[in-house]
Amino acid sequence: MSSHAQTGHAVVVEPSGFIRKYIFSIDHKVIGIQYFLLALTAVCVGIVLSLLMRFHLVYPGAHLPFVSGGIMTPEQYMALVTMHGTIMVFFVLTTAPQGGFGNYFLPIQIGAPDMAFPRLNMLSFWVTFLAFVAILAAFVVPGGAPISGWTGYTPLSGMGEVTGPGEGMGQTLWIVSISLFCLASLLGALNFIATTIDLRAPGMTLFRMPLTVWGWFVTAILGLLAFGVLLAGGVLLLLDRSAGTSFFLPAGMVVNDQLQPHSGGSPLLWQHLFWFFGHPEVYIAILPGMGVASHVLSTFSRKPVYGYRAMAMAICAIGFLGFMVWGHHMFLSGMSPYSGFAFSVLTMSIGVPSAIKTFNWIGTLWGGKIQFKSPMLFALGFVSLFVSGGLSGLFLAQPAVDNMLHGGYYVVAHFHLVMGVAAIFGIFAATYFWFPKMFGRMMSEPLGKLHFWFTFAGAYCIFMPMHFVGLAGGIRRYADATGTNYGAALQPAHMFMTYAAFITGAAQLVFLFNFFWSLKHGPVAGKNPWNATTLEWITDSPPPIDNFGGHYPSVYRGPYEFSVPGYRQDFIPQNLTPDQAALLK
Amino acid sequence: MPSSTVTDEIELVGTGKGGGGSSFGDDGNSGGGGDEWKGPSGSGRVPQRAYVTGMTIALGGVLMFFMALVSAYIVRKDMPNSAWVPFNIPRILWLNTAILIASSFTLARSRSRFLADDDAGFRHWWGVTTILGIFFLIGQVIAWRQLAAAGVFLATNPASSFFYVFTAAHGLHLIGGVLALLYVAFRPTHRLTKGTATEVVSMYWHFMDGLWVFLFLLLLLGR
Repeated sequence: MSSHAQTGHAVVVEPSGFIRKYIFSIDHKVIGIQYFLLALTAVCVGIVLSLLMRFHLVYPGAHLPFVSGGIMTPEQYMALVTMHGTIMVFFVLTTAPQGGFGNYFLPIQIGAPDMAFPRLNMLSFWVTFLAFVAILAAFVVPGGAPISGWTGYTPLSGMGEVTGPGEGMGQTLWIVSISLFCLASLLGALNFIATTIDLRAPGMTLFRMPLTVWGWFVTAILGLLAFGVLLAGGVLLLLDRSAGTSFFLPAGMVVNDQLQPHSGGSPLLWQHLFWFFGHPEVYIAILPGMGVASHVLSTFSRKPVYGYRAMAMAICAIGFLGFMVWGHHMFLSGMSPYSGFAFSVLTMSIGVPSAIKTFNWIGTLWGGKIQFKSPMLFALGFVSLFVSGGLSGLFLAQPAVDNMLHGGYYVVAHFHLVMGVAAIFGIFAATYFWFPKMFGRMMSEPLGKLHFWFTFAGAYCIFMPMHFVGLAGGIRRYADATGTNYGAALQPAHMFMTYAAFITGAAQLVFLFNFFWSLKHGPVAGKNPWNATTLEWITDSPPPIDNFGGHYPSVYRGPYEFSVPGYRQDFIPQNLTPDQAALLK
Repeated sequence: MPSSTVTDEIELVGTGKGGGGSSFGDDGNSGGGGDEWKGPSGSGRVPQRAYVTGMTIALGGVLMFFMALVSAYIVRKDMPNSAWVPFNIPRILWLNTAILIASSFTLARSRSRFLADDDAGFRHWWGVTTILGIFFLIGQVIAWRQLAAAGVFLATNPASSFFYVFTAAHGLHLIGGVLALLYVAFRPTHRLTKGTATEVVSMYWHFMDGLWVFLFLLLLLGR
C-alpha cells in the first residue's frame, strides 16, 4: 500500500440544523446518547411490565382498570412475561451497554474521531428504533402482545392466531422486530470491530486498550457471529407463519380442534438456532459490564487492574466458550445424555475465566485507596451480583439438577441476578462514571448512594427468595399458583418479593430525578473529575464534535497507571510522553 | 457529516499504528510527537484499510447467516418423518452457475486492468461483470418460474422451501452486489477511493460466487 505524506488537518464541522445535529446525526456521541435514551425508555416499560407481573402473582383476582375484562387472564400474564423479557434483553441489556456507552466511548478511548462508518452507525440506531416501535406496536394490535416468551418457542410462535391471543399480529410484529434488531446489531457490530481494528491512535496497542474497549470489542464479535443466526431463524419462522412452510412445525398438530396443515418440521431446530444466538446474547449483555466494572474498580481504588492481560484474555475466553454451551438451555428437550454431558462440562468450564475475573477484581481492590463514589458502589454491586448469580449457574449446568430446576423460579432468579441485575449495575456504574464526560456536569453523590443502597438491597430481596421458591417447586410462567397447596405455601415469599420489587422500582425514580436534574443543575465537571487515566478524560466535557478538537493523542502507556511508585501524581494519563511523565516525579 | 477537504486518493499510512506497535510507549512516537498527530486517519477521514476490514467482517456475518440456514437444512432433511420430497433441480441452474463463475473471472480481469491504470479495460470488464450478474439473476427467476410451472412452490415440501429460501437469500445479496457494481461504475466515490471501492466490491462478489457454488452443490448433492 502506498503511503503519502499526511498534511491535511481534521476539518470536522458540526452540523447546524436541529435534525442533522440531534435526530439524524452521524456523530457517534449523539448516536450513543440516542441509544441510551432508547434503552432508558425501554427499561421504564420493562419495569412497569415486571411490576404488573409481581402484582398479579400475589393478587391474582385484583381488578385492574387497564386490563380488558378487569381481571388479568393467564394469556395476558404470558404476554407480560414475553414483552418484559424481549424488551429487557434486546432493548435494554443489549442496547445500553453496547449501543449506548460503547458507541459513545469506544472511539474516544482509542483516540479516534468517530466510528469507522458513521452513516452505518446512524442506520444501526434508526433500525433499532424501528424494531422498538414494532415491538411496542404489538401491545396495541388486535389480539395484543405475543405469549410465546422472549425465546419465541415453536410451535406456539409458528402457527398464528389459532394458538391464542397475541399469536396473530402480535407475534408477527415480535418476529419482525427481532429480525430488524438483528440487522441493526450486525451493522453495529461490524462498525465496532472495524473501528477497534483500524482506528486506534498511534501507540494504542491491543494490550493498552482499556478493558471497557476489550469488552465492547469482544461483544461486537459475539454479536456479529450470533445475530445472523437468529436472523436466519427469524426468516424461517416468519415463513412458517405466513407462507405455509414447515421448518419448525411438526405434522399432526391439533390446536383448538383444528388439524394444522404442517408436516415434519422440528420445534427443536428453532431452539438450536435461537440458543446458538441466545447464549452468546447473555455475554453480549454482561461483557461490557465486566469491562466497566474493571475500569471503575481500578479508577476508584487508585490501583492498576490486577492482572490486566488475564482480564482481557478472560473476556476473550468467555466469549469463545459462550458459543459452545447453548445446549444447556435445552437439557429438557430430550437431547442425548452424551450431548448433555458435553454441554455441561463446557458450561462449567466458563466458571474458570469467570473466577479469574472475580479474583482479579478483588485483587484490584486489595490494598487500594478505595473511594466509595456512586460509580464505584455500582461496580462493587456488579461484582457481588455477578458472583451470587453466577454460582447458581454451576448448579444449573448439571443436567440432572437442571431437570428439576429448569421449569421453575430458580432459573429465573439465576439469570436475573447474573445477567439482568448485574448488567444493569454495570450500566448504572457506567452512567454515574461517564455522566460528567457526556453532559459536562456531575450527578448528585448523595442521591446516587441512596439509589445504590435501595437498588442493591432491593435486588437481593427480590431474587434471593426467588431461588428458594424455585427449590420448593415454584413454577415459572404460571400466572396463578395460589389454587394449589404447594403454590399457596409459597405465597408469603412471593408477597415479600413483590413488596421488594415495588420499593426497588420506586428507588429508580431517584435515579431518573438525579439524571435529569443533574443535566441542568449538577456541579460543572472539569475535564477529568475522577483523576482517571484513559483518553476520554483528556478532552473537554462534553467532547467537541471531533472528540479531541483536532489534537489527536498518541498513547505511551497502559490504561491503568494509578499510584505508580515514585510519581507525585497518583495517575498518569495514557497520552503523557515519558518526558512529560518525568515532570511528575 | 464531517465534511472533508481532502483529495480522494489519500491512502492509509501503513506504518505507525496497529497491533504490532508495542514500541511506541518506550521509544517515543514515530508518527510525530503527541499533539502534532492529526488523528488516526491522518485527516479526520477513515483510513481506506477500514473499508476492507469492514467488508471482511461483514462477510463473516453473512457467512453465519447462511451457515445457520445450511445447518437448518441438514437437520431438517434428516428429521424422522421429515416429509422431504427431493425434486429435480432446474437445469438452467447449471448455466446460471457457469455465468456467475465466469463473472468472477471478468471481475478479476477488471480489477487487474484497474491496477494497471487501464481505465477503458477496467470499465469494459466491470460492465461485463455487471451484465453477467444481471443474467444470473434473470436465470434464477427463470428457474423459479420453471419450478412453479411444475407445481413446486415455497410451501410444497421442505426441500422446495429450502430451495426457495437459499436462492432468494442469495439472490437478494447478489442484487446488492449488482447495485454496488453499478454504484462504482457510475458514481464518483468520496469517502472511499476507487481503488478501495473496487477491492471491496470484488471481495463481496467473489464471496457471493463461492457461496453460490457451495449452495448449488448442497442443493444438488444433498437432496
